[in-house]
Amino acid sequence: MIMIKAEHIYKKFGTLEVLQDVSLEVHKGEVISVIGPSGSGKSTLLRCLNHLEKINKGSIQIEGSYIAGEDAHGKKLSIIKKELSITEKEIRLTCKKIGMVFQNFHLFPHKTVLQNIIEAPMTVNKMSKAEAIKEAELLLQKVGLLDKRDVYPSQISGGQKQRVAIARALAMNPDIMLFDEPTSALDPELVGEVLTVIKELAKDHMTMVVVTHEMAFAREVSDRVVFMDQGQIIEDASPQKLFTDPDHPRIKTFLEKMI
Amino acid sequence: MDYIINITTAILKGSVNTLQLYFVVVLFSVPLGAAIALGKLSKSKWIQRAVGIYTWVFRGTPLLLQLFFVYYGVPILLRNIGAATGMPLSVSIKPFAAAVITFSINYAAYMAEIFRAGIESIDKGQYEAAKVLGMNYWQTMTRIIIPQTIRRVLPPTCNEAITLVKDTALVAAIAMPDLLRAAKEAVTRDFTITPFIIAAAVYLVFTSVVVVVFGKLEKKYSIYE
Ligand SMILES: Nc1ncnc2c1ncn2[C@@H]1O[C@H](COP(=O)(O)OP(=O)(O)OP(=O)(O)O)[C@@H](O)[C@H]1O
Ligand SMILES: [Mg+2]
Repeated sequence: MIMIKAEHIYKKFGTLEVLQDVSLEVHKGEVISVIGPSGSGKSTLLRCLNHLEKINKGSIQIEGSYIAGEDAHGKKLSIIKKELSITEKEIRLTCKKIGMVFQNFHLFPHKTVLQNIIEAPMTVNKMSKAEAIKEAELLLQKVGLLDKRDVYPSQISGGQKQRVAIARALAMNPDIMLFDEPTSALDPELVGEVLTVIKELAKDHMTMVVVTHEMAFAREVSDRVVFMDQGQIIEDASPQKLFTDPDHPRIKTFLEKMI
Repeated sequence: MDYIINITTAILKGSVNTLQLYFVVVLFSVPLGAAIALGKLSKSKWIQRAVGIYTWVFRGTPLLLQLFFVYYGVPILLRNIGAATGMPLSVSIKPFAAAVITFSINYAAYMAEIFRAGIESIDKGQYEAAKVLGMNYWQTMTRIIIPQTIRRVLPPTCNEAITLVKDTALVAAIAMPDLLRAAKEAVTRDFTITPFIIAAAVYLVFTSVVVVVFGKLEKKYSIYE
């Protein structure tokens, strides 16, 4: 089953071409790592996939539903400056299948760890509080933070914050998880605990797209690694191939610098 | 001693009007200010422009002028309209009502600016986090953004709350009996400044209570920091 299908997408910020003819297909249970130099458009690609950014051209389908682009009848959907024939509400419904974890966590500071996790299940999915708490506690156990249940985000470490953010996203039962450099804001000694949680998800066959600078991690968990440069995917290959024998010389130079 | 007690009683009686005005204005101006703040942040250019003119006018002209306009001006305006259209429009507005309307509209303009700045100070990441969790605009505002804004708007709101205590004295200009007027009447009648000193003390008590209440609120809303 194809979970994400992005076809020939283009994205401009003003006159800056940030994505140029990017296509990506992600199948159920696949883990895709996205690597590449700073400014190459990795975050932007991820943000287009869950409609945090609107694309200028191309199309994106999530589990077969369009969130951007032209549908089978040539109708324009949610492309900047084009007529919307798909409502924000429909897009939001489709995007509910996608969870996202940010580099800077973006936890809700005025809510405790538990409240952060039960917020969306209760307000969006109208789940009862008791049930939401039950599920949240299971998730907290999974990320190893049940003892931090009632503290505020300001009182825990970065690594713990990111694990809460992952639990918060998982509480909505997403089919797909997007990670944008989930460990880049962390002190080196805290990176491992977050990567461990993501590896656990990979073992459970969660479909994931992970933008990362952790090459060892990308190599270990990914089914495919995507290399981006200047707004384009210049190689999309298995980790073995991409890390040992990439087609593109620029990838070799990049990897040498990283290791 | 008896004199002081008598005067104080009279001044406190006047204070009841002041307090009523104060709380009714708070009750109206805070929600109105919040609504206008959301209007300022609206995507619609028309709404933005309309509320922009509103705050421009009410923050840019004297409160006393606005008070005169509502109390003296509006009845004249209505009478003229009535004369022009042949409808018998004659209204007289009570000083208390005029004061409530004017102060509420005026303070809402200031509160709107404070709320807008507060809402805009919240990190964009909070909106995105709410959005990727499937929350809509209303849920995001009421559950995520506004609760965080409260803590940040408390200090400037406290300033407004103190200013409002003192601004209520302007109602003397439309002959509404209040704290200050009770004191002034006693002064002109008895040729003594004691009533002014008592009035000052009562105002100080009011403003001090406001400061204490806001201090408590700030503490309550900073537990998560
Ligand atoms: N909201 C925006 N407005 C204008 N330009 C933007 C915006 N977001 C990103 N850009 C630009 O788009 C380009 C790609 O940015 P993007 O964040 O996608 O890169 P990245 O590959 O994620 O880089 P990094 O590794 O530094 O996170 C950059 O040149 C960036 O400055
Ligand atoms: Mg990035």
